[in-house]
Amino acid sequence: MVPSEIRQTAVVASKNGLHARPAIQLAELAQRFASSIQIVKDDIAVDGKSVLQVMTLAAENGASLLVVAKGADAQDAASAIVGIIETEDSSAGAEAGASEAGASGA
Amino acid sequence: MKFSEFISLKSIKVNMVSEGKTEAVAELVQGLVDAGSLDDSQKDGIIQAVMNREELGSTGIGRGVAVPHTKHSSVKEIVGTVGVSKGGIDFRSLDGDKVNLFFMLISPPDRPSDHLRALENIAKQLQNETFCSFLKQAKTVEDVVQLLSEADENHFGS
Repeated sequence: MVPSEIRQTAVVASKNGLHARPAIQLAELAQRFASSIQIVKDDIAVDGKSVLQVMTLAAENGASLLVVAKGADAQDAASAIVGIIETEDSSAGAEAGASEAGASGA
Repeated sequence: MKFSEFISLKSIKVNMVSEGKTEAVAELVQGLVDAGSLDDSQKDGIIQAVMNREELGSTGIGRGVAVPHTKHSSVKEIVGTVGVSKGGIDFRSLDGDKVNLFFMLISPPDRPSDHLRALENIAKQLQNETFCSFLKQAKTVEDVVQLLSEADENHFGS
């Protein structure tokens, strides 16, 4: 079977951007797929399976990213990665709660 | 964002004594307090905030590195420190390896982009094997300061 290539764009939903935890979650998810997964921001492409590389994108809230998956499970991989990029950071609330009053300003 | 813009040099630890995760976080925070970068009265709250974040998923990103962090309204600008543990600390990392190298970041809640820029630099520099392994082998604070300065001057490429 010829590996397929799927390209999908995603907008970063996390209020604080793709900081450490979302980057870790993204890379962990990417590692579950056989397909290669690249994340492209502007003209920089990184390996979606590398936490460090994903963090170097410093993708802010609202940034548009291109997800390029190549391989037998490319469609599933691309959909999953787009899904996690477009999910609000579940840890943001806990973090604001841990900080003092004023931490939750918009 | 260069290391010189957020790492509190006086807080750097090259011979961490902690063995456990909470202990390690407390040791790094104490270093920042001792350096005058964090308010002593906020110490316990900051340690708790960092640990709350860790419970959502370890910041041990593998290869013996962890980036524990939190936002905290007691800081007006981002402050960070570096910690080196020779024996390694069990930080429940993604790859299960012990952590020898810590980059801790405490950021003001209203400056998420600074936090991203600092992480970007840490991640970029850590991809260089030489930088990473030299840091882990650092014997003195001066060694770490020198390596951070060389990284800021792009001696390790990208």
